[in-house]
Amino acid sequence: MADFSYVRTEIIPEREPPASTVGLVGWLRNNLFQNLFNTVLTIISLVVIVALFLIIVPWIISPTWSAASLAECREILHALGREGHYSGACWGVIRDRWIQLLFGFYPSDIYWRPILAFILLVVALAPVLYSEYVPRKLIWFSAVYPFLMPWLLWGGSLWVPLMIIAGIALGVAAHMMAASRSNNMFGFAVGVLVAVIWWLFLVAPVSEALQNIAAMGIRGVESRDFGGFMLSITIGVVAIAISLPLGIVLALGRQSDLLIVKAICIGFIEFIRGVPLITLLFVASTLLNIFMPPGTNFDIILRVIIMATLFSSAYMAEVIRGGLAALSKGQYEGADSLGLDYWQAQRLIIMPQALKISIPGIVGTFIGLFKDTTLVSIIGLLDPLGLSNAIRADSAWNGIVWELYGFIAVLFFIFCFGMSRYSMYLERKLQTGHR
Amino acid sequence: MPELRFREGETFRLSMLIYDTRYRSMTFQVLALIGFLILVGWLVSNTAQNLKDLGKEPSFGFLLDPAGYDINQRLIDYNSQNVHLRAAFVGLLNTMLIAVMGCALATVLGVLIGVLRLSKNWLVSRIMTVYVEMFRNIPVLLWIVLVMAILIETLPAPRAFRGENPEATMKLFDTVAFTNRGVYVPEPLFSRSLGDVHLFGQSALNFSVSVDLVLIAAVLIAGLYVSGRIRHRADKIQEVTGNRPATWYLRLGVVAVPLLVVLVALGFHLGYPELKGFNFKGGTHMRNSLIALWLALSLYTAAFIAENVRAGIMAISHGQTEAAASLGLRPNRIMGLVVLPQALRVIIPPLISQYLNLTKNSSLAIAVGYMDITGTLMGITLNQTGRELETVLMGMLIYLSISLAISLVMNVYNERIKLVER
Repeated sequence: MADFSYVRTEIIPEREPPASTVGLVGWLRNNLFQNLFNTVLTIISLVVIVALFLIIVPWIISPTWSAASLAECREILHALGREGHYSGACWGVIRDRWIQLLFGFYPSDIYWRPILAFILLVVALAPVLYSEYVPRKLIWFSAVYPFLMPWLLWGGSLWVPLMIIAGIALGVAAHMMAASRSNNMFGFAVGVLVAVIWWLFLVAPVSEALQNIAAMGIRGVESRDFGGFMLSITIGVVAIAISLPLGIVLALGRQSDLLIVKAICIGFIEFIRGVPLITLLFVASTLLNIFMPPGTNFDIILRVIIMATLFSSAYMAEVIRGGLAALSKGQYEGADSLGLDYWQAQRLIIMPQALKISIPGIVGTFIGLFKDTTLVSIIGLLDPLGLSNAIRADSAWNGIVWELYGFIAVLFFIFCFGMSRYSMYLERKLQTGHR
Repeated sequence: MPELRFREGETFRLSMLIYDTRYRSMTFQVLALIGFLILVGWLVSNTAQNLKDLGKEPSFGFLLDPAGYDINQRLIDYNSQNVHLRAAFVGLLNTMLIAVMGCALATVLGVLIGVLRLSKNWLVSRIMTVYVEMFRNIPVLLWIVLVMAILIETLPAPRAFRGENPEATMKLFDTVAFTNRGVYVPEPLFSRSLGDVHLFGQSALNFSVSVDLVLIAAVLIAGLYVSGRIRHRADKIQEVTGNRPATWYLRLGVVAVPLLVVLVALGFHLGYPELKGFNFKGGTHMRNSLIALWLALSLYTAAFIAENVRAGIMAISHGQTEAAASLGLRPNRIMGLVVLPQALRVIIPPLISQYLNLTKNSSLAIAVGYMDITGTLMGITLNQTGRELETVLMGMLIYLSISLAISLVMNVYNERIKLVER
């Protein structure tokens, strides 16, 4: 039998892949020029990008940093032979007003206070945001920070924040005493009651008396001097910090079996989510003082913060409810079968998982809230947008558009984009599932 | 609910209210209710006391006083002698106008951007990512005032259109004028008009509806309905025989022919804007405030809708696409018959909530002077009458009812797709 071997007996050597599928050419073919349609799209996009660059780059490179008015900018550009709307940016407005856009009318000799407050904010946030890189003890500073920040920003007597902290200590002490006599729940109620009474009625006179005995404090700053990014960040940070716990409570209330509690929570959440924030800010600016006992007149920034907090806590509650709903029933049953009570189960089993699931939504709400702080310009607070109206009304800068709004937009973008990137980092860090 | 039954020999003690799970939830609820009622009572009594001190007992009588201010962009007749209620109604219609226009444009842009963001073309998907990130991370109010400022500062004034050799000319074959006072577009006119129907007589909420437009809309809807029936019949024939009759000319015909007949019968023609003296006359005048609000809200919301569309398409498992491909469907048929019908189910609920957001964001109109319900009722009316409580409360209730109506639609839709599922 003859040996008819139709099968190749030796292995042919490996060949290089075709040049058109590897390297730069391969990448271009696979990603930009797959077919006629994509080629057309690519070419159109390239044309648009190049055209934009040809407008934007010369516009940015514009020697107008020292100009004192828009007319002067135009003269400088005219001398260079550049005419028209987009011939060059007028950077003079940024040089002239950037401090105002950052600090508003805050007294210029004490700019170190807001700067220090925001540096300390980063320090206080570090143990929360990057827990594995910083010493654990720092969390104590984070606990003190909420009392430190308003004092640094608004100034006044040091005794007020100290006495507010003392209220917590008093509450805890009362709780311990009452709990040792009676039972835990009664003790808790007594503790809360003591602290609230202390805060409502005793903090002001006691701290005033102490201030008279031993004066400790820094110069006070009026709320109407607050402005610029400092104001946005202040409102944003405080409202974010309070709305998360409030949102958790509301979400739990909405999920609970207690009918009345549930009804109250649903009513609150749906009402807040059904109206635009601007109407709530109108409430803050015109109505909130009417709702309070006659004679109360509390600070406009505080009123805005209250409404912004309520607003975002309703959204937060819905986000967290989504996280709770995504948990399997087995988790609740598992917690029950371990003999944990409601709060233990929430703290140890449910919330860590539910919050992890809802991180994107929570951060989305934070970003939304921070962006929404610009709405305060409508009720007359001087946030960056409020200031921009004033600057554009100034005869020196009348007619300026892109430079001013671009500057504000870039600052907002940095904050919001940073937050969304952080949420992605956090999601990856907490990722425990097998994907 | 645990049963409220006592074991033998057990008597009720006060401490059981806290320790006995049979009573505990009841105790908490009663406490919560009492606390809530106390809070509400406290707020109401404060308010009553304060308003009494100010001499402003709550009353809605001010709504029937003459408003005394003008509204320049409006859908119905209005002058400054009309009452506040009518001003609020004009504002409400303006809110609806911007909401409908904004939702339409935002949907078109959002779907386009969302699909392009999933494109295999690297450059295009990157550009769309930049667009989405740029609009999502910058406040919508900033976009609104920025677009407004651009329109005012860069567009030519009406007088630039004058003279033998004007600096500016009308665009789109001399039909549309872009000026810094707004955009003048051609308006539909009817030389054999059927006139208007006047509704609600002499009340503050009266308005007129053009019979011509109603007739056109009715003919259009009827045509679309018949076209739908034709398609349905074609589906049936295809199911029975396997052959699909060609229907496109029939379907086009039943929509287009009656519409054309009606338009010709009514003497439809366009009224073009013309420069008369220092300003344009004729045509429909869309003010800059309307345009700025419309563009900014649409561009902003489009970024969010794009993300929803992208998420919806990505939520369809790859197995679906592969199964469809193994059935021999071509890529665009896979998209149309398999992926999109399933993706729509994921996309539509968040899409509707984006519509809701857009409607609520339209309240920022007050920043550019567009007179919506916030600008009229909660703006000038509030300032002129000093009725903070009544106006803000009314405004909130109006927005709340719009929101509830939209979420009702959403719930109905969710129920319907649930039934389809299995």
